[in-house]
Amino acid sequence: MSDRDLVVLGVGMHPWGKWGRDFTEYGMVAARAALKDAGIEWKDVEYVAGADTIRNGYPGFIAGSTFAQKLGWTGASISSNYAACASGAHSLQAARASILAGFCDVAMVIGADTTPKGFFAPVGGERKTDPDWLRFHLLGATNPVYFAMFARRRMDLYGATSEDFAQVKVKNSRHGLSNPYARFRKENAIEDVLNSPIVSDPLRLLDICATSDGAAAMIVTSRAFAEKKLGSLKGVPRIRAVSTVTPTYPQTILELPDFATDSTAVVAPPARGFKESLCWAAYEEAGMSPSDMNMAEVYDLSTALELDWYEHLGLCAPGEAEGLLRSGATTIGGRVPVNPSGGLSCFGEAIPAQAIAQVCELTWQLRGQAQGRQVEGAKAGITANQGLFGNGSSVIVSV
Amino acid sequence: MSVSAAGGVTRVPAVEGWFTLGDEPHLIGCRCAACGTYVFPPRSGACPNPNCDSEDLVPTPLSRVGTVWSYTENQYAPPPPYRAAEPFEPYALAAVQLDEEGIIVLGQVPKGIMAADLKVGMPMQLETDVLYREVVDGVDTEFMVYVWAPAGPTAAKSIGGRS
Repeated sequence: MSDRDLVVLGVGMHPWGKWGRDFTEYGMVAARAALKDAGIEWKDVEYVAGADTIRNGYPGFIAGSTFAQKLGWTGASISSNYAACASGAHSLQAARASILAGFCDVAMVIGADTTPKGFFAPVGGERKTDPDWLRFHLLGATNPVYFAMFARRRMDLYGATSEDFAQVKVKNSRHGLSNPYARFRKENAIEDVLNSPIVSDPLRLLDICATSDGAAAMIVTSRAFAEKKLGSLKGVPRIRAVSTVTPTYPQTILELPDFATDSTAVVAPPARGFKESLCWAAYEEAGMSPSDMNMAEVYDLSTALELDWYEHLGLCAPGEAEGLLRSGATTIGGRVPVNPSGGLSCFGEAIPAQAIAQVCELTWQLRGQAQGRQVEGAKAGITANQGLFGNGSSVIVSV
Repeated sequence: MSVSAAGGVTRVPAVEGWFTLGDEPHLIGCRCAACGTYVFPPRSGACPNPNCDSEDLVPTPLSRVGTVWSYTENQYAPPPPYRAAEPFEPYALAAVQLDEEGIIVLGQVPKGIMAADLKVGMPMQLETDVLYREVVDGVDTEFMVYVWAPAGPTAAKSIGGRS
């Protein structure tokens, strides 16, 4: 094992749902579960990396200290991190940096959220210089508008159909059926998706992920600490890579919440677009390739975006994602199951918790503990995630 | 900037400095005086090209025509600060690629032209349309926004009947 690997000693989650309670309640359940799973005491944690929520007032902006105080002040170091949908992975990166720099051996990474109903809207107030405010005000460009742009391109360029998109939902709804942390545990048929109302053409209600309450936490440690505690690290999941790269100019894909892409008039586009570069930075750091992956947890904000990720992850060539889906390769039992947890399709999105939840799922899968959704014999998996303003992440975990 | 329209209605842009009104409206972007790259929306300060340290971004009109990169249609009213008409009427949006500037710009499509009327690669042209109407200090005011309308031979048919 590499000296740069972190050991995932424990993971824990609060189920996803929609209750509107204090987000720290959910976070505390996840934190306690992760500590128990790791077999350590809260007092053993030297560093808390909190992923922030921007919709829950001041405590949400300082998630690291919010949870350190809730668990009881111990003098632990903290950080609080906001990186949109990638906040959880950026927090993991902060914890990793602290451990690899030798500042600490044991860190908690935690994120929790309570979300409003309906479309995500910009944070309140009139802010005529904030692109996130302006895209709603001038265009009515909700998040599904951007998701729909990607979906429509798949249809017009590659011949994807609404049935293909619906098939992603069908697959994920089956994957998540017995996941105790999933919010939606109901099998959907193609007709259910096709009969649901169109939100942003061509995407229908069941193509688009909901917004959820939820929480996830993990305990990560240095190799030395874990070896001392466990004796052997055989079969223990390790973080092999954490990629949090930003786009490279010119960013040529229209991404949330932008009005326009960068210009290619003077500088040629990079060989790899933003989402591809997130995944490939992770492969390069881990010294692994797409064919080494036994599964992937990807950010299926929409069904069609899951198909985009197949290509960004290098699981297939551009334009071939629908074929890969239809072949069954991305279903549990196939070559490289995607979203064995059920994905955002079954969870909905709890922003600061979501990227952590992806790593929790890989951990359970690699330990053989993913009851009812186990990817048999899995040795390695990758996550992929992207949010607003050039934030994204990809994490590789292996045993 | 404001323009008087028929019937005593005053027209103003819903955002200042992003586009012109009138018969042949165009977007206003910026061009870097040093490296020549473009940026939209217009801004002051640093050039977005990381290889360029210029702070001299010069407002410049952008091409009025481009081609569809992608498009969609909102079937539900977006939340505030969008000011949705009641009852809500679905409308389309298009992201349009401008060849000379090498950028893609997202905009609404004129009312009545829907997703079924659009296709990736289709030629589009910049127009303006009413975003919302409000009485401001006793003045009946239409707040205008730029829109992408089908251009070329098919445009007359698509936008027929629109005033």
